[in-house]
Amino acid sequence: MSLEASHVTFAYRGRRKHPILQDVSLQIAPGERVGLKAPSGRGKTTLCRLLAGYEKPLSGQVLLEGKPLSSIRGACPVQMIWQHPETAVDPLLRLGDTLREAGPIDPTLLTQLHIQEAWLERYPAELSGGELQRFCLARALQPSTRYLLCDEISAMLDLVTQAQIWQFLLKTAEERRLGLLVVSHSEALLERVCTRVIGLAEGM
Amino acid sequence: MKRQNSRKSTLLFLGVTVFLLLFLVVIGLGVEEEATVTDFTRTNLAPSLRYPFGTDWMGRDMFLRTLAGLSLSIRIGLLTAGVSAVVALLLGVAAATLGPRVDGCISWCIDLVMGIPHILLVMLISIACGRGFVGVVTGVALSHWTSLARLVRGEILQLRQAPYMLAAEKLGVSRFRQARLHMLPHILPQFLTGLVLLFPHAILHEASVTFLGFGLASEQPAIGVILSESMRYLTTGKWWLALFPGLALVLVVILFALLGDRLRRWLDPASVHA
Amino acid sequence: MEPILQIQHVSIDFTQYTGRKGLKKQRLQVIRDLSLTICPGQVVAVVGASGSGKSLLAHGILHILPYNSHMEGEILYDGVPLTETRAKQLRGQEIVLIPQGVTYLDPLMKVGPQIRKGRNDAAARAASREALARYGLAPETEELYPFELSGGMARRVLIATAVVEHPRLVIADEPTPGLDMTSARRILSHLREIADEGAGILLITHDLEQALAVADRVVVFYAGETIEEAAVTDFSELSKLRHPFTKALWRAMPQHGFQPISGAQPYPGTVEKGCPFVDSCVDCVDKCRLVENIPLREVRGGWVRCLQAERPSRRESTTPGEEALP
Repeated sequence: MSLEASHVTFAYRGRRKHPILQDVSLQIAPGERVGLKAPSGRGKTTLCRLLAGYEKPLSGQVLLEGKPLSSIRGACPVQMIWQHPETAVDPLLRLGDTLREAGPIDPTLLTQLHIQEAWLERYPAELSGGELQRFCLARALQPSTRYLLCDEISAMLDLVTQAQIWQFLLKTAEERRLGLLVVSHSEALLERVCTRVIGLAEGM
Repeated sequence: MKRQNSRKSTLLFLGVTVFLLLFLVVIGLGVEEEATVTDFTRTNLAPSLRYPFGTDWMGRDMFLRTLAGLSLSIRIGLLTAGVSAVVALLLGVAAATLGPRVDGCISWCIDLVMGIPHILLVMLISIACGRGFVGVVTGVALSHWTSLARLVRGEILQLRQAPYMLAAEKLGVSRFRQARLHMLPHILPQFLTGLVLLFPHAILHEASVTFLGFGLASEQPAIGVILSESMRYLTTGKWWLALFPGLALVLVVILFALLGDRLRRWLDPASVHA
Repeated sequence: MEPILQIQHVSIDFTQYTGRKGLKKQRLQVIRDLSLTICPGQVVAVVGASGSGKSLLAHGILHILPYNSHMEGEILYDGVPLTETRAKQLRGQEIVLIPQGVTYLDPLMKVGPQIRKGRNDAAARAASREALARYGLAPETEELYPFELSGGMARRVLIATAVVEHPRLVIADEPTPGLDMTSARRILSHLREIADEGAGILLITHDLEQALAVADRVVVFYAGETIEEAAVTDFSELSKLRHPFTKALWRAMPQHGFQPISGAQPYPGTVEKGCPFVDSCVDCVDKCRLVENIPLREVRGGWVRCLQAERPSRRESTTPGEEALP
């Protein structure tokens, strides 16, 4: 029972000769918080996109509880949180509508994330990055969600907001036994948050 | 320091322009009967208070003819731009969503149509369709959809890769909802602007094809017909026959171009703060 | 030492269209009453949340603000007011900007010509080679286009482009986002080097840890206001800091307990009177909400905009890390 990438190789279109990921295997069990650390340009984001099902591997498989991820219809148990929250919400839609389209709004979740009711009526451009990132978290944490892929989700935020977000995520992950993949440049953060940290070497 | 509120004035401009153009259409329709009345007691009169644009060799009031001609031009413009836009929308959406093969095929068509000079294409299609109203409308409509189709295609391709679209899909939002809520509002402003900017092209091409004799029949009060007839009388000093209708046509075209430009600024989110 | 740059009571505001139909015109103050001083050889870091208008400060100094914004206050460069014409002459020569995005490089121009800024004589060539070599870039880099550079290389090219003229004031606007720790540290150490050679550096960043790694003084930005200016050494101990928000930042660092505070930063321009931090502050008193303009005062060798700065915080008696993670 886990989210698993087995022997995954991936290259972007037109760069088939230079695969960005080669034979990568990774397993995330429920309740586990895996840190992923590697220099820029080693394909951390690409691995997240593969695990979330946004890209298909050239070879190898991404499996959720033993079944291929691509066979899942409807709301996906694997959700990704993006580094730049302002690209992850429709700029022309009120945030309340964006949140509602994923499912009914859970008021306790909003309180825990310090999201004010009034923000639901606003457009994304009227909120700061930290506030939008909390929206993205609220949206991703649907009852069906089992795994969260966090791609540098706090790199652009100030320390206080970072601490807010991570405290909340850790508590929620604990309660719901979520599996987390945490991509970050900050070693202090990974050490604090993760149960184990792995690297992504070139050609791994 | 009180600076001008540019969004309010843009809105006002849009309202006034649309009203003016609609007014022209209605007036033109109303005077169509009168415009074709011939009266040989008043042939070849120079502009006066009674006949501000003068009269022609058959004694027709040039002012009324011009109004009727402009009205016809605008109506043809609306029709052709509308048809072009629908074609562009369908092909653009198809190219962006039905896979690489359809995309390649449609993109090839776009390049092909774009590669042929417009006026030539309009003439050919118009002749093939038997000239007249049908010929002109078909010709102009079938040659003006390309740039808009390309725009729609590019816009959709880009939107499909936007993180919020990917996120919506993974959250189980239905395809129809994705298209209605996340695609349409982004494409609509571009599309509307493109549509309005098609009018001046369509009107000018209609007039030029008619002028060259491949378009509307000579009994219709079209600007192109007026201009081509007046060419014969210009050398005899009847300057008013071409000047006023030509000027009126240019003014209408400029009005449409300004309308499109202002509409773009009004709808463009990047200039909201300007 | 004579300061190279003095910013005195600078405010920047924006004209915006708001309301449901976008027809209401509004002025939004993004930066309020900001003051700071940079001496040659010093790195001064401005730290604030992303989207708090820090970049506008850089653009304001260079007089390249967007046309719908307006700046008040005084900026002195070398003791003389930095007017628009003077800024135009000096920027790119004595005052340079290391921009935020790699997109500031011309994508259709090779790196070499961009560093030389159009000149092509032997001296310029030598200077560009030297600048590249200094940042660990091979001479061949000159022949590459920006898309062929990795993120870290592109940053180093941006720095090389900036310092090839031997500037006296460098403004670095978020120079390291998206870089891994090693590359980021390298970039920061380059900034330190430039300062040690006598230039003044203004580092604008959202990352306090980065600022602490390289700066001499740190200016903390909150809701568009400077709330504290402190020496870097003050951050070694919680009790040396002055403003409750700075203390909250300190406590939120992963190595210091990772403690969040409640509430969110108010938007610039929405706080009409009193301290913008009252809703999240544990030490605030009634006065904090009422005083019209809380002045920036000198306390223990730094500057702070807080009425309670001399009092010991109620939080300091509690053991650090009590709300921290298990």
